[in-house]
Amino acid sequence: MADTTAAGDRSLAGQLSRRASLALALPLVLLLGLAFLVPVAKLLAGSVFAPHPTAEHWWRIVQEPIFLRILMRTVQTAAIVTVLAFLLGYPVALVMSRQGGRSAVLVAACVLIPLWTSVLVRSYAWIVLLQRTGVVNSMLLKWGLIDQPLRLIYTEGAVIVAMTHVLLPYMILPIFSSLRSIPPELDRAARNLGAGAWTSFIAVTLPLSLPGVYAGAIMVFILSLGFYVTPALVGGPQNLTLATLIGQQTTDLLNWPFSGALAGLLLVVTLGLVAVFRRVLSFGKSM
Amino acid sequence: MSIVSEARNAGERRHFSAVRRAFVRPGLGRWFLNGFAGLVLVFLLLPTLIVIPMSLGDASYIQFPPKGLTLKWYQLYFSDHDWMAATWFSVKIALATTIAATVIGTLASFALVRGNLPGARALQALTLAPLVVPHIVLAVALYLVFAPIGLTGNFVGFAIAHTMLSVPYVMLTVSAALQRFDPALELAALNCGASRAQAFWHVVLPDIAPGVAAGAVFAFLASFDEATVAFFVSGIEGKTITRKLFEDIDYNLTPVIAAVSTVMVVVSLVLMGGVEWLRSRGSNRKL
Repeated sequence: MADTTAAGDRSLAGQLSRRASLALALPLVLLLGLAFLVPVAKLLAGSVFAPHPTAEHWWRIVQEPIFLRILMRTVQTAAIVTVLAFLLGYPVALVMSRQGGRSAVLVAACVLIPLWTSVLVRSYAWIVLLQRTGVVNSMLLKWGLIDQPLRLIYTEGAVIVAMTHVLLPYMILPIFSSLRSIPPELDRAARNLGAGAWTSFIAVTLPLSLPGVYAGAIMVFILSLGFYVTPALVGGPQNLTLATLIGQQTTDLLNWPFSGALAGLLLVVTLGLVAVFRRVLSFGKSM
Repeated sequence: MSIVSEARNAGERRHFSAVRRAFVRPGLGRWFLNGFAGLVLVFLLLPTLIVIPMSLGDASYIQFPPKGLTLKWYQLYFSDHDWMAATWFSVKIALATTIAATVIGTLASFALVRGNLPGARALQALTLAPLVVPHIVLAVALYLVFAPIGLTGNFVGFAIAHTMLSVPYVMLTVSAALQRFDPALELAALNCGASRAQAFWHVVLPDIAPGVAAGAVFAFLASFDEATVAFFVSGIEGKTITRKLFEDIDYNLTPVIAAVSTVMVVVSLVLMGGVEWLRSRGSNRKL
């Protein structure tokens, strides 16, 4: 968004005066200040001043084994989802980048339609698929592969599958855009020099697409760390994640200082990852 | 055997294997790749669209394959007072969010791209923050601030919260459109005696209109489909369609949910399809 034109161009652009710029940006500053900074600051402050300065609530996260376990499980789930999204998403991005015309539109639609659909609807769809009388169990019973319906929903596996499904487009799109920016001549040159399709892919295409892979992986990892809706609906009570734990501490236990500490931890980890990897990240559904 | 002939043989072998690679293995590899990508696309698309047949089945529980064809679940949805109240509440919030986010975001984008703003970089980072900060953190923080002042379950409270969440989408699309816009056109209008406001209204705005419209659609959907903040900020009276959906999925799994989900999918697809259409028209015009 930064305008980096030379000083001469700036005067040509009819740059706004400082006062006019401030006036135009003021509503946004007020909105973000009142609806974002103040509430988040208040939540975090509540975790260390209750009402006197204390680190008790932050200590609790690492001292009680159950919370440490939830923390580890959250990171582990996010890592598994990220790896699965990469393994499933890269081939799709590769095929997408090599298509043209009508089939390219078709592939893009298959990726974008889920992205545009409410996360709530897609999580509900997984309940329909995985519950006792759901689609998957009905099919398996009909084909005689099982005698009893399997317990699929409200498990760790269900959370991982549903989250991978929900977040997959965030992996595919950045990889696709970095694959698209690789000139096709490079692959052809490698082939002419005697490399096979596989060698050319490993030595040329894959390394050049890594920025997209990093961007997608960081995005999926960050989003899965703080994901609330899907684990809350598809996971069981024993599959708490950091996000659903924050929700539970707030709505069921009204333990504000502790949920403030948990939210603070989630915030620090997320913003830390963004700060370290900000060069590779791109935002929005419009990628 | 001389070294020369060995090299020639090796060359022939290499030549042969290069031909083989070019015609046999890539063929097989490509089949495999396309097949795998096709399966992933089915994995992406099917769970998204499965709610549609589910909403048309006759049984009062989820049954697969659905038997009988009925619209009674839609009838129940449209005649249910609670569902209709939640739906209109969501539509009203989304419309207010669209207007507020579009106006605030467009003005601020203009200040950031064209303006002379102290702390512009900090403001940019802050603008994107609602996209990366986990929604569970924002939800709990907003609940903490809104509850004591009666803004939970309240139209104004929701409009503020959702405008904060949607404004980054408007800023991203409008800033991109503004950067493509040639400032010389605006300067020409100013030289011809137009005021700044006139130049903006008659010259700049018509040119960046597709970007503004796309931002407005993103803002509407970001509000209408939003579930996490809505879950915490809803009250017993004022609840959004997503909060009602959330509750019913948890406690009362009837096919009405599939009908409501289908309605939400259709709303999203129609609006996003409209954005894509605007974009393809925009790019055709430039060619």
